[in-house]
Amino acid sequence: MRNGSDTQKTASFFDPIQRVIRSFGLPRIIIILFLLSLWVAAAFLSIPFPALLSDTFVRLGMNTVLTLSMLPAILVGTGLFFGLPLGIICGLLGGVMSIELNLKGLTAFFAAIGFSIPMAILVGYGYGLLLNRVKGSEMTVGTYVGFAFVSLMSFGWVTLPFKNPEMAWAIGKGIRVTVSLEGRFSNVLNKLWAFEVYGIRIPTGAIVFLGFLCFLMWLFLRTRTGLALQECGMNPKFAKASGIDVDRMRIVGTIISTILGAIGILAYAQGFGFLQLYEAPMYMGFIAAAAILIGGATLKTAKISHVLIGTFLFQGILVVALPVANTVATLGSLAEISRIIVSNGIILYALAQKGGNE
Amino acid sequence: MERNDKLVLEMKNIAKEYYGNKVLKGINLSVREGEIHGIVGENGAGKSTLMNILFGMSVIHSTGGFQGSIEFLGKPVTITSPFDAMALGIGMVHQEFMLIPGYSVTENIKLNREITKENFLSKILGPPIRTLDWVAMGQDARNALSKLEMDIDEWVKIAGLPVGHMQFVEIARELDKKNIKLLVFDEPTAVLTESEAERLLSTLRRLAESGISILFITHRLHEIMEVCHNITVLRDGVQVATKPRSETTLEELARLMVGHTIESIAKRKTSLEQRKTILKVRNLRVLMPGETVYKVDLEIKEGEIFGIGGLAGQGKIGIANGIMGLYDSYGSVEFEGQTLPLNHPREAVKRGLAFLSEDRRGVGLLLDMSVEMNIVAPAIEIQKKFLKNLGVFSFLDRTQIRQFAQKMIQNLDIRCLGPEQPVKRLSGGNQQKVCIAKALALEPKLLFVSEPTRGIDIGAKKRVLDTLVELNQTSGMTVVLTSSELAELRSICDRIAIISEGRVMGILQPDAEDAQFGLLMAGEYAERQ
Repeated sequence: MRNGSDTQKTASFFDPIQRVIRSFGLPRIIIILFLLSLWVAAAFLSIPFPALLSDTFVRLGMNTVLTLSMLPAILVGTGLFFGLPLGIICGLLGGVMSIELNLKGLTAFFAAIGFSIPMAILVGYGYGLLLNRVKGSEMTVGTYVGFAFVSLMSFGWVTLPFKNPEMAWAIGKGIRVTVSLEGRFSNVLNKLWAFEVYGIRIPTGAIVFLGFLCFLMWLFLRTRTGLALQECGMNPKFAKASGIDVDRMRIVGTIISTILGAIGILAYAQGFGFLQLYEAPMYMGFIAAAAILIGGATLKTAKISHVLIGTFLFQGILVVALPVANTVATLGSLAEISRIIVSNGIILYALAQKGGNE
Repeated sequence: MERNDKLVLEMKNIAKEYYGNKVLKGINLSVREGEIHGIVGENGAGKSTLMNILFGMSVIHSTGGFQGSIEFLGKPVTITSPFDAMALGIGMVHQEFMLIPGYSVTENIKLNREITKENFLSKILGPPIRTLDWVAMGQDARNALSKLEMDIDEWVKIAGLPVGHMQFVEIARELDKKNIKLLVFDEPTAVLTESEAERLLSTLRRLAESGISILFITHRLHEIMEVCHNITVLRDGVQVATKPRSETTLEELARLMVGHTIESIAKRKTSLEQRKTILKVRNLRVLMPGETVYKVDLEIKEGEIFGIGGLAGQGKIGIANGIMGLYDSYGSVEFEGQTLPLNHPREAVKRGLAFLSEDRRGVGLLLDMSVEMNIVAPAIEIQKKFLKNLGVFSFLDRTQIRQFAQKMIQNLDIRCLGPEQPVKRLSGGNQQKVCIAKALALEPKLLFVSEPTRGIDIGAKKRVLDTLVELNQTSGMTVVLTSSELAELRSICDRIAIISEGRVMGILQPDAEDAQFGLLMAGEYAERQ
């Protein structure tokens, strides 16, 4: 009797832990523990904690929209949106055009978004058509389409006839590799309604902006089209039997992802202070993909909460890792190395999980 | 031919359970040298399980093995893998071809048993890099083919050959194995044309005369009657009879094969002739892989429960899938007097047709979504129900969805923790009820139901069927029930069409004789109808 009740006790003691691990996912727990241990290390190394949190919030504002662009693609069933560089380039073009027109401040920012959306719709439509022809290997094809498009646009940046001296090379034609946004829309969102509590600076404008986009996404998923889009991802055969044009929905999802990629890079650029052209967009897709996966998404399911949690955790690690690594070892690239290990590791984990389930 | 009394194969008292479900109950089978032994039975009668045991397939051994014993050439044997079976001299000609299209006939016949000769490199590096002896291989292939009286060139590629020839190449490959004693033919004529089938049958006879024993599995009863010496009939895992051909008839085999006792529900009073036609199908052809429909004409009356039966792979499943636009189809379909465009799922649902797919988990449900969203999803998409408008945009109306789902959960007695539970957590029977609720949300005029009781337990089966009858009687909904289980069709349908080889073989009353159903299912005597 006693024995029996004892075993029951141990079971009831471990059960909740196991349930938490199962519902939260082992990789996410490891990442959270990693972030916590970095924070502890930072405290020991007397790195100011408020500054770290401030930085994390700024990074959150910069990266969340890019992560959000993964969501429609996953939901519609095309997997992680490795075609993100396509959207990013549309956004960069919008940004460059807004500078060319000599716009400033919030106007410049929203004008850039306005210019980039039509381009993103067009590019997303074409990319969607392509994805419909390569069903089953969207992610592989997407990765290389992204790479190819970035390289192709490197020619574009050199040849496009932009005249503004802020952007153009001093000699010859084309646009510089990085274009400063100082005096344009650098930090326009971060400074908007910003305030400070306990030494933590909250970039209110950026947070409100990403919150608004998340809210729009939340609303969209509750419309008829949003539901149809999710049905396509969960079970294309079900969608077809319910009279949904699956191919069309996949294009819709791809367009929305591309638009969010374009808006995302502009939100990123305003926080970063520069537009990075040429090769820079190449690996952006991997960072966003890693973030949403850390948040708990899989290749088939994702929620807005995954976007927010994932971006917070991933960027939080990057923010703390850099000063901690710099203090512990003077190897300059340690933070960059840990970023690459974390982001590629989590993508590898997600892809392996997919294989395991099938 | 002189009959030999030497036993080649003896399977004694074979029984097999899958997870407590008895699929074979004490089968005794013996085959003499040079005997053609026919095995007939409906789908699920246990034919393939028996063959899996004979070949030591892993599906048998990974599920706890089997009971009984096997003797081969008078000696008890244990066969734990297909290699053991091959070593004993048991060969199998598959229904699906196991051939490499890009290789020649010879290469396919000699695959993995190539004849090789030494070269100077292989003397150093060993057998794997010996040279292929093409001449010897070609001769062997030629010999095997001529045993079958095949005059095809042994060097042509498989890819371009007609289906019938591929079948013969398969047989040639088995014959080329020198020690072959027993050959199993698993529905070899299913894909052949009539003349090819004739040729195969005469080949079987000749092989038997040369001393090879043959197990011939088919559902074409006339072929069995033509070539077999002895015939075993299986039904629901039981050996119903084993008889010499001379002591039985086609009709008897058909009756033995079907042989269910039927309890019919009360028949309806109004005669069907007075009702008007709701669905008229002409020359329907559906390209559904594995269930191809070649030419189907049907007229379904308003308010009836119409059954579609037949063996697996004959095309009965394809009919509903084709009309609902899920697979490429040709022909003409009229619904309520108006032409229904084919290959257009949306239009079909819009017009008031609904479909409960045979592939419940694959097509019928969004497994990760909640019970309520599964129920309302198509109605939202097609009929724009359950939406509320806010300005230009409209959003899902959660309260309306919840109310409807709760009503359905109550009416259909769906056992779940609540409308928000994901459907993948429900049992098969309850999932099927969610599918029914989903169809009801569309308020269809005609409901296609395919294999509604597949994979659900017996109690739930009855409830699902009762629900269908109730819907039909209370709301006058026309139901077209497609099922592999004849007993199920006969218990609730007004008329039953039997499909064989993609065509309607005949339409029977549910109380027609067993033998009639059996004959139609075996594709016989279509002209009598």
